[in-house]
Amino acid sequence: MTTKLPRRATATVWQGRVRLGLQVDGQGPAVVFFDGPWGLTWGAFLDALARPFTVYAPEHPGTTPGEPDTVLEIDNLWDLVLCYDEMLDELGLSEVAFVGHSFGAMIACEVAALRPARARRLVLLDPIGLWRDDAPVTNWMLVGPQELPEHVFRDPQSPAAKELFSIPDDPEAGALARTRLMWAMGATGKFIWPIPDKGLAKRIHRIRAVDTLLVWGADDRLVPRVYAEEFARRLSRTRTEVVEDAGHAPHLEQPAATARVVEAFLRG
Amino acid sequence: MKISAFHLMPHRELPADFEQRYPSVWVTPPWWELADARRVGQYYNWTLDELLHAARAGFDGVCTNEHHQNAYGFMPSPNLMGSVLAKLTNDLDVAIVQMGMTLPTTSPPVRVAEEYGMLDCISGGRLVAGLPLGSPMDVNLAYGITPMEHRERYREAFDLVLKAWQAKEIFAWNGKYFQLGQVNLWPRPIQQPHPPVWVPGSGSISTFDFATDKNVCYCFLSYSGARAATSMMNGYWEVVAKKGLPRNPYRAGFLQLVAVSETDAQAETDYARHVEYFYHKCLHVPPHWFAPPGNQDYRSLLAFNRNPVRRAENPKTLRYRDFVDKGYVIAGSPATVRDRLIEEVVKGLHVGNLMLLVQIGSMPHELTLKNIDLLAAEVLPALREIWDDEGWENHWWPERLRKVREPKIEERHGYAGARRA
Repeated sequence: MTTKLPRRATATVWQGRVRLGLQVDGQGPAVVFFDGPWGLTWGAFLDALARPFTVYAPEHPGTTPGEPDTVLEIDNLWDLVLCYDEMLDELGLSEVAFVGHSFGAMIACEVAALRPARARRLVLLDPIGLWRDDAPVTNWMLVGPQELPEHVFRDPQSPAAKELFSIPDDPEAGALARTRLMWAMGATGKFIWPIPDKGLAKRIHRIRAVDTLLVWGADDRLVPRVYAEEFARRLSRTRTEVVEDAGHAPHLEQPAATARVVEAFLRG
Repeated sequence: MKISAFHLMPHRELPADFEQRYPSVWVTPPWWELADARRVGQYYNWTLDELLHAARAGFDGVCTNEHHQNAYGFMPSPNLMGSVLAKLTNDLDVAIVQMGMTLPTTSPPVRVAEEYGMLDCISGGRLVAGLPLGSPMDVNLAYGITPMEHRERYREAFDLVLKAWQAKEIFAWNGKYFQLGQVNLWPRPIQQPHPPVWVPGSGSISTFDFATDKNVCYCFLSYSGARAATSMMNGYWEVVAKKGLPRNPYRAGFLQLVAVSETDAQAETDYARHVEYFYHKCLHVPPHWFAPPGNQDYRSLLAFNRNPVRRAENPKTLRYRDFVDKGYVIAGSPATVRDRLIEEVVKGLHVGNLMLLVQIGSMPHELTLKNIDLLAAEVLPALREIWDDEGWENHWWPERLRKVREPKIEERHGYAGARRA
């Protein structure tokens, strides 16, 4: 259970035009967590990692409450990767472990591939970034709001699904929640529309030697598990863990089990 | 008034259980199950014949439009259709209204300027240049444009097209989305400084601002009729007033579905199933596809989520009489249609450039010709002079066509008679 809220931090980059919001907690070696496309929610998984590590979790540009237009300052994936690189410099993080989920796992690969010496370890939770015609990744931005939870979670009735997707009854809070969720998908979707293959396959060799843990929810309905093999064959030092009773977001649906394998890998 | 015949070129023979069997009419309907290329060739030819018939019968303009991957209206290239129409109406004072070539998906966008230049040259200066944003289904889903970049890309393309038409010198375009080292358009349009520009919109305030700032004709392409559009069009006229612009009715266009027969009862007999086909099958699209994430800016999205009442009712629950009662379709005898068009649409919305959807859903060719004939002979004459006493100039119409069109009666009836013989 969360005992206290993570503290907020900001990093100002890109000639002062982009202010990145972060949530930070814990002590110990630095772990940078890049979240998926639905807006950062700090939960039991990050709490667990924040005991042995200092977790830095940036909010993707545009998803920080009150600052939706930040994403308009960033034209493309190259700009986004450089912004995150500048953020790490500003935070003074010369060596970190990267953990990323979904869209965030693709970003973790790209940021690490820009400066491989910075990457101590890499953890990819149901990553996107590669493409196979025979196993297309489902475009969650075209799934209706009613059907989205069952695409992301094995159990759309689970507390984790409700926490991520439930809309408050209060009209104003409900309007804000709907808007934030939609905008978070748009602000991240900007960098992957219409197919989440933006050339990572050409750049991933730069992190071939980085120790990498691949984690897949056993019932991921968005990104087929064949992509674990696609990542594994491009990286030389990988291990794959499958989390049972989880869909596309194992760290939210099975936080304890996921944290256990991730923490063990990062400590090793 | 200027009154144009609008056509979507729909699939006219979808199966009765289409909307139960398939998730969408747009983007995903399977061609191999639903269509036959030879039959579709017949649809295209009917469409051209119907628009030509409207031109000869006395309509002031003929409208085509661009859509992709659907059975609702599939003219992927409006200019192929417009080119045929331009050539075959060279003896008529009819505008070629392209509503039009979609800017954000045409790359580089000077292609729009070039093809419209060709159409203006072929037609002898009768082009109306529609410059649409395009629907999210066309632009984001079918043509792969990032939703968050859709509008910004449009605005850059718009400025590039207008400059390409008018620039006296070769220029370089160093844009965010398009880079061209030397723009030197061939051909330039006959109409100077450029053909009249129409911009279709769906009610967002930012488009009101855009249309007034660029001094173009704002066109609301509605399927919900004038009553549903009143508050929105009032919003547009408020923006016009706020900017100190004249309340010229030709600054606004509106699309209305119309179906005319001898009597109100005969209209129901003739058109009910085709109207229901249109609303139940041709508009069968998952609602969230109209606004994929990022397509609306944050403020518009929040405003929309705060006022869910603005969401339209579900037309699948409505039947012919509902559509007529609510004004989605204006149908009935010539007198009924005439009165409702004048009161609800032309005067109610203060519209000078009226577009009439003359072929609706599954309407067969012969019935479409009947609709066109009755409109031209018994409805249009009562509308034509509506704004004349106020003395407005239609700056958004080809200059050589601005005077009132007076087709020879025998020519019009001669054509209709020859067809029926």
